Amino acid sequence: MIGLLSYLVFFVTEALVNFIAVLGLNVQWGFAGLFNVGVAGFIGIGAYVSALLTAPPWYGPPGPGHVGGLGLPVLVGWLGAMLAAAGAAAVVALATLRLRADYLAIGTFGIAVALQELAANAQGLTGGPFGIAFIPHLLAFVPPGGLVRGLLDLATTAVAAGAAWFAIDRVTAGPFGRALRALAQDEAAAASLGCEPRRLRIQAMALGAAAMGLAGAVQASLIGYIAPDNFVPVLTFQIWAMLVVGGMGSHRGALVGAFAVWGLWSAAGALFAVVLPASMATGGASLRIVAIGVAIAASLLLRPRGLSPPGRIVSRFLRERLKTSRPGRGGLPPARR
Amino acid sequence: MNPQFLADGILTGALLGLGGVGLTLTYSILRFANFVHGDFLTAGAYLALVLAGVLSQFLGGDGIGPFSFGWPLILALPIAMAATGVLALLLDWMLFRRLRRRGEEIVLVMASFGASLALRSLIEFAFTPEPKYYSQDLQIALPLGFGVRATPDQLAVVALAAASGLVLHVLLTRTAVGRAMRAVAENPDLARVAGIDPARVVRTTWWLGGGLAALAGVFLGLTVQIRPYMGFDLLLPLFAGVIVGGVGSVPGALAGGMIVGIAEALAVPIIGAAWRGGVAFLLLLAVLLVRPQGLFGMER
Repeated sequence: MIGLLSYLVFFVTEALVNFIAVLGLNVQWGFAGLFNVGVAGFIGIGAYVSALLTAPPWYGPPGPGHVGGLGLPVLVGWLGAMLAAAGAAAVVALATLRLRADYLAIGTFGIAVALQELAANAQGLTGGPFGIAFIPHLLAFVPPGGLVRGLLDLATTAVAAGAAWFAIDRVTAGPFGRALRALAQDEAAAASLGCEPRRLRIQAMALGAAAMGLAGAVQASLIGYIAPDNFVPVLTFQIWAMLVVGGMGSHRGALVGAFAVWGLWSAAGALFAVVLPASMATGGASLRIVAIGVAIAASLLLRPRGLSPPGRIVSRFLRERLKTSRPGRGGLPPARR
Repeated sequence: MNPQFLADGILTGALLGLGGVGLTLTYSILRFANFVHGDFLTAGAYLALVLAGVLSQFLGGDGIGPFSFGWPLILALPIAMAATGVLALLLDWMLFRRLRRRGEEIVLVMASFGASLALRSLIEFAFTPEPKYYSQDLQIALPLGFGVRATPDQLAVVALAAASGLVLHVLLTRTAVGRAMRAVAENPDLARVAGIDPARVVRTTWWLGGGLAALAGVFLGLTVQIRPYMGFDLLLPLFAGVIVGGVGSVPGALAGGMIVGIAEALAVPIIGAAWRGGVAFLLLLAVLLVRPQGLFGMER
């Protein structure tokens, strides 16, 4: 019973970590219409930067040219993770946003591949394939293991996720979010009203990547160990599946999607572990990815607006008129997208 | 500088060029960056492996002359190319065609990213992650002068790649099909007015793209090894080559692939073999910043 409860707590914690990254992707794609194929790369930047900032100087296998951790407080590490991820995203956006939308996709894909290579090969900095261990936990004073620690982990992750949700919701509900939506729907019209497309998009990329970096940092300090294998394209794909299934453009949808897809992923893993013999364990891991791939494609085809799509966005003027008008009259323009 | 690195770069460049041609065609005609393309290479290589295995039951598995491959693989190659073309068409029919109709190009990119992961994982499930080879024979590298050595297989691959590039160039510039494809790439509406059936052009594009990807995949399997991630790992250099050469240009894709291949090979003695993806990425960023239309591309 305790085991099941512990698992449930762990499940919710992990879903919430994913939710933070989905929020970031939602700013980039759901609001600004920017296609980021390098989500895993930005989460990875966050995880590695926070690990390097917070880990004790003696972490990992000593070797030539080994750079130690700085031993800074965990929250400083999280802040650094967000700044580093945002900076990297801004650079890629700067280089690719003058061009057609798919160049950004290729550019972000490129940075994720290059970072994966960096993580796997720069032994002195990232520990290479061995990764970085002994990443300090936010609640290091609570003894690890057990339900209490699990619940505390859940609480701190929920606070981080709630803070990210609140901050991003405040930003996107205001003029910035409106400008981004306008830009995604009609660039020429938005530009004629004074939005600067390029600057807004770079800001959206950076803001979204900051959330991804935070997700990476939170995960790193929760688990205490990171390796290059944690930030492979499958992760990008999971985060995308969460946003697509939940509903692009809606923060609530991001939450719904994070739980739905993480649940599907965990359930598929458990199912294949039971159904397939142990000799086919790697086969089961592949089938699980196929299942998610089919889910994302089916969702795009059958339910393109997602499980919890954004509400209809109308101007204050129209909303007022809708309230005062009699039912059945004074209709709204049909919803776009 | 050791000319051996240059020779290795030319081999990689020939493969990247062949793979890049299909990518640049789908990019300019279907108007989206197709992330499945790398996995078409993988699918072609595995299809040829299976077919060659079956055919060698009847034809024997011995290599011809100095080459490691024999009639089974030579016969399997065109069938695998056609089958990969069918696979591309099937994917278009199931997924891309429906999304294209909805008119949001970037959703196509997303769907292709999902399809790429699913296809790759399916291949990994069917064939296990273990690397495979068309032949277990060891090949002796022949000295070519100037201290350069290459195996007969590698020489055959470079020669066949060059020949394929030439055939393709003639196809696109001298035949009605090729003219129709270039017309749709240039301006789909105008092409339709001129009586070109866009659906047919889309089909031809998938046939050509899938077939060429399979060709590049078999050549890659022949000179390196066959793995489920072989094509996906090549995707970034492929994109880099296409963009360096200029999206939509076939000579550009061949030249761009060669440039990326040689740049990667030249970087190996300086910074090590583990950093090849980073080289492709930096080349990509540099071209996007300095000359975004690429070497042979037009201003868009």
